[in-house]
Amino acid sequence: MAVSGLIMVGYLLAHMYGNLKAFAGQQAFDEYSHHLRELGEPILPYGGALWIIRVVLLVAVAAHVVSAVKLSRRSWRAAGVNRYETRRNRRGIQRSYASFTLRSGGLVIALFVLYHLAHLTWQWITPGGASPSPYERLVNGFNIWWVVVTYTIAMVAVGLHLRHGTASALYTLGAGTTSGSRRVILAVSVALAWVITLGFLAVPFSVLLGVVS
Amino acid sequence: MNITLRVWRQSGPDAEGHMQTIEVPDVSEHMSFLEMMDVVNERLTLAGEDPVAIDSDCREGICGTCGVMINREAHGPVRATVCQLHMRSFSDGDVIDVEPWRSDAFPVVKDLVVDRGAFDRIIQAGGYISAPTGSAPEAHAAPVKKQDADHAFDAATCIQCGACVAACPNGSAMLFTAAKVTHLGLLPQGQPERHSRVLGMVNQHDAEGFGGCSNIGECTAVCPKGIPFDTITRLNRDLLTALMKGGE
Ligand code: HEM
Ligand code: SF4
Ligand code: FES
Repeated sequence: MAVSGLIMVGYLLAHMYGNLKAFAGQQAFDEYSHHLRELGEPILPYGGALWIIRVVLLVAVAAHVVSAVKLSRRSWRAAGVNRYETRRNRRGIQRSYASFTLRSGGLVIALFVLYHLAHLTWQWITPGGASPSPYERLVNGFNIWWVVVTYTIAMVAVGLHLRHGTASALYTLGAGTTSGSRRVILAVSVALAWVITLGFLAVPFSVLLGVVS
Repeated sequence: MNITLRVWRQSGPDAEGHMQTIEVPDVSEHMSFLEMMDVVNERLTLAGEDPVAIDSDCREGICGTCGVMINREAHGPVRATVCQLHMRSFSDGDVIDVEPWRSDAFPVVKDLVVDRGAFDRIIQAGGYISAPTGSAPEAHAAPVKKQDADHAFDAATCIQCGACVAACPNGSAMLFTAAKVTHLGLLPQGQPERHSRVLGMVNQHDAEGFGGCSNIGECTAVCPKGIPFDTITRLNRDLLTALMKGGE
């Protein structure tokens, strides 16, 4: 859970950086997309580095999902679903909302990734019109309000997931053995959640509001 | 004061259970929750009914047997054991829901009593040190840093009550397990078995059917002894080291 999660956090940061290239204009964005495929040439064939990233990511996603399912099933067996009769304190005593939505939010993110790949990578769905330019596909899509709404819901889910997930991953790996270091870890994971959520949302909202066109 | 209890009643391990409503008039606010339960049981017995089974022993907050869920808070609204919880923490007219700890690894024996034998088996799987018996060793033979001694002592105050399990959304007993791993792992006497201890205890923890810890921290919010969360990160660190050294 922890290692695969942190690999994905690294990917998200890189991906967000790439997306923000949209503010540098069509040429910069499309070149970046092209450059990703040229990375590592001539040692690697065209698209080679991207494929390596894809394989690592795919393994991380698979490991993350398998562990999540195992952990959830253990937890449902150990604690049950309708554990207590009383209706009081169902959200617990101190747990964060983020920890409460980890499983449901994870599911939302998984569905989003499929939708997102179908949209911008496989181009099975092309809201706003297809185009050979990744930049134009992006702009076409985000000019449509419901596309922006779906991306917003997903990014909030990602933010909540990271708010709990980053700190939890670090604890699992044995960091945070003093209350001071745990405060730092918690602050980092809250900051990271905000940066990633807002960083990703900057592009769709700028397109929708006409800042990027 | 007058209160209404809604109590889990279950006649035996395999019986179906249900919530029973019991009106409890004339409760003194100076009573502990257990003393209030004593009064309830006396009245039930006089009326020819089956008293509510509830565990207790020391009645001074050190044995850890008296745990129950009160309004879905382990040990109720005060961070103390149920024997140390007083009725002044409630108000006249309150409806109070009382249920046993719920975990697959803590089967209900009767009413509010659960079998916490799983904890004993986790301790047996590594929560000890092996030392030759005989006369006590010289006190200065193994110096311990003050900080380590304090942390170890804090962790050693765990009373095996099981509140952490009852509160954990995953039904995990990681705080309990980590308290013992931290207590012994910080002291020189605990070093020789440090890695076999964490592996043995965690394996037994999982085998007992407790859930996996996902670092939510509900356990530390209810622990009557204030066992801190860093016991869990210490356990994780020991576990990783032990696994990297080739342990299973
Ligand atoms: C507003 C937010 C996002 C925008 C605007 C966005 C945009 C894009 C674009 C334009 C591509 C295609 C790149 C290309 O073909 O060169 C892409 C690919 C991808 N995105 Fe996103 N993305 C966003 C959020 C996310 C999130 C949150 C995740 C993961 C949870 C994600 C995962 C992926 C993946 C896995 C790919 C495929 C990479 C590949 O194998 O080629 N994206 N994204
Ligand atoms: S860690 Fe705290 S809550 Fe858990 S068994 Fe020990 S004393 Fe009870
Ligand atoms: S009866 Fe011993 S802790 Fe409550």
